[in-house]
Amino acid sequence: MAEAYELVPIYIMGKRYEVPSSLTIMKAMEWAGYTLIRGVGCRGGFCGACSTVYRIKDDPKLYFGLACQTVVKPEMYLGQIPFFPAKRASYDINELEAKATTLFQVYPEILRCLGCGTCTKACPQELNVKGYMAAAMRGDIESLANMSFDCIMCGLCAARCPAEEPQYNIAILARRLYGKYLAPRSAHLAQRVSEIQQGAFDAELTELKNLDSNALKERYVARTIEP
Amino acid sequence: MTYTAEMLESIKVVEATRAQRIGQVFPTMSLEERQKLLNSFHPDYLTEGMREIRVGCCKGMRMPLELAKVIEGRPHVSEDFDLSQPEYESDILVIGGGGAGASAALLAQENGAKVILATKLRFGDANTMMAQGGIQAADRPNDSPAIHYLDVIGGGHFANFPDLVEALVKDAPLVIDWLESLGVMFDKYPDGTMMEEHGGGTSRKRMHSARDYSGAEIMRVLRDEVRNRPDIDVMEFSPAVELVLDDKGSVCGAILMNLETGHYFYVKTKVVVIATGGSGRLHYQGFPTTNHYGATGDGIVLAYRAGAELVFLDTMQYHPTGAAYPEQILGQLVTEKVRGLGAQPVNIKGEQFVYPLEPRDVEAAAFIRECKERHLGIVTPGGQPAVWLDTPMIDLINGAGTIEKALPAMFRQYRRFNIDMTKQPILVYPTLHYQNGGVKIDANCHTSVPGLLVAGETSGGVHGRNRLMGNSLLDVCVFGRRAGRTAAALCKEITHGKPTLEHVSAWNRQLDSVGINGALRSPILLPDYARKG
Repeated sequence: MAEAYELVPIYIMGKRYEVPSSLTIMKAMEWAGYTLIRGVGCRGGFCGACSTVYRIKDDPKLYFGLACQTVVKPEMYLGQIPFFPAKRASYDINELEAKATTLFQVYPEILRCLGCGTCTKACPQELNVKGYMAAAMRGDIESLANMSFDCIMCGLCAARCPAEEPQYNIAILARRLYGKYLAPRSAHLAQRVSEIQQGAFDAELTELKNLDSNALKERYVARTIEP
Repeated sequence: MTYTAEMLESIKVVEATRAQRIGQVFPTMSLEERQKLLNSFHPDYLTEGMREIRVGCCKGMRMPLELAKVIEGRPHVSEDFDLSQPEYESDILVIGGGGAGASAALLAQENGAKVILATKLRFGDANTMMAQGGIQAADRPNDSPAIHYLDVIGGGHFANFPDLVEALVKDAPLVIDWLESLGVMFDKYPDGTMMEEHGGGTSRKRMHSARDYSGAEIMRVLRDEVRNRPDIDVMEFSPAVELVLDDKGSVCGAILMNLETGHYFYVKTKVVVIATGGSGRLHYQGFPTTNHYGATGDGIVLAYRAGAELVFLDTMQYHPTGAAYPEQILGQLVTEKVRGLGAQPVNIKGEQFVYPLEPRDVEAAAFIRECKERHLGIVTPGGQPAVWLDTPMIDLINGAGTIEKALPAMFRQYRRFNIDMTKQPILVYPTLHYQNGGVKIDANCHTSVPGLLVAGETSGGVHGRNRLMGNSLLDVCVFGRRAGRTAAALCKEITHGKPTLEHVSAWNRQLDSVGINGALRSPILLPDYARKG
């Protein structure tokens, strides 16, 4: 088959390949013949498995991206960070309290943060990682939880951090503390849970389960739709 | 990487009709109209895409060609594999590291069992992580589990198994409560009321969300919790390739493979829970997919070879709104929440042609009809047909900034390719999304094989012939939890006989007897995307 696409040179972990210019880094690696095991996951920008560091020839700057979401560039030198051994604390969420000292007790290294912003530059989600680490140092769980919400836990922040912070693991601790202890409670949910536990819907569900197909269809068609 | 000149012209037509379309409600279809549309345009109804399988307990069952081929594959290991020295022993083996597997592991552990959770790729690399739109639960005063029941079973074409639907809708509010107790951050108003939207086929607003990272938020919390529990061991890059049965036909572990070294090893347990997810990476009928890299139908292959009954595997879900452009994100999910927030599907004349929130199969078939029969879609330079999804309506209806706040993942995805979805509509077309059927289970996740439980997308019955949005995140939590509880109870009463792989030899003999001589080994574990030569 005629190859009607433009080819560009890229360097996958140091080795040169020519690949179609329209491909993402991930598809370019497969085009080059790789069968991926590490460094590939959801292929849709959600799982953080395909963290990639790259540099363009003659440009000293390092760039960061997800292999599944980043289109190749000519003369790109790329390497993948499919696993990074950042610290992850183990804890019992039920034993913790949602207060500043909890963050510092579980992750004392928070206070080592230099505020240099290298993490922010590395984040493929363009999160303000330095900003949420500042919230962590203030013990502001709510800000930390909200600012870090779109984190996909790829680990590039930790890989680049000169103070050896596990930013993304600190952030999930804060989000869990917020979700469990600080977020406003939902009265309608509590009410429904209690109704279900008391069997309030059992008879109605049993009746529906025993309806024949025509009767069930009638009920379905007759149901009102909330605007 | 912006729109072509032809697309930009077409966008002007969409913009011209936008003001009059806001507030204009396209009529919903009757059940008869739905069925007629499905018969003509839904991929499930294309007879040449299906065939009967020739071996096993459901011999003669129809399913997609690509799945039939994998099911009729040869096992990785033979009967003479040495089972005398298991490399690991535990009470329960959970196969699969998505939402169902994690939920099962947590509940099994809470109920006193020691658990090994084995997963093919990394823990959390799963369709759960990718689910954007939300999770259904009837927890508002104008809603009830019974109304949810009707929506589920009508969406599933009344084929769903009633006991499973009952379990789904009754556990739903309990699951939301459980997830919150683990620290999941749902979208809420300042007084704590949940923000809930419609999904396709819902009659009440009951879609709970966590921005458009709903599945990611649930998955990362479940994963974090599993890692906090000392009685759960997680083995990554360790897919299962065969179940092991004892001499009474009860499952007593599995053969796993170290994906990086190719080493096979036996994990001996009292009960096995399969939670390996779906099969979108088999690319039925050549469709692109929203699914994660490992969605290759492994669990169905394992369970079926061990004798488990299957159900509804002739029906797959094509999500109406897969990205059709740019080509780099072809097939990736554009969450249904986009329509839930008011974006309308529109043809090249700038007209609505379907109610935006029909059940997914109906909506998808309407998109295909608009392109294939009426020729009112766009064709991209890559040859992909598509219709417009008028995303700028969202901010017009709900206020500026809604997209960035409620759909950050979508907004980010398009911005990476220089498309601002707050100002320009996006191009969409159906994409392979979900396996509606699977291994037949009861409400406590038992299969027809003793000692084998199944939960999540690998199972079949709860969604009938079509799943509604927001019921898969719910499914993985409801049935994952039930499987974990059932497994913990089972392993207290089970005593196993001698482990064997006799069923592997029997399977090979069956393949031989019907003349299936292919060398394909299954489960295939990974799709083959590497270019050859």
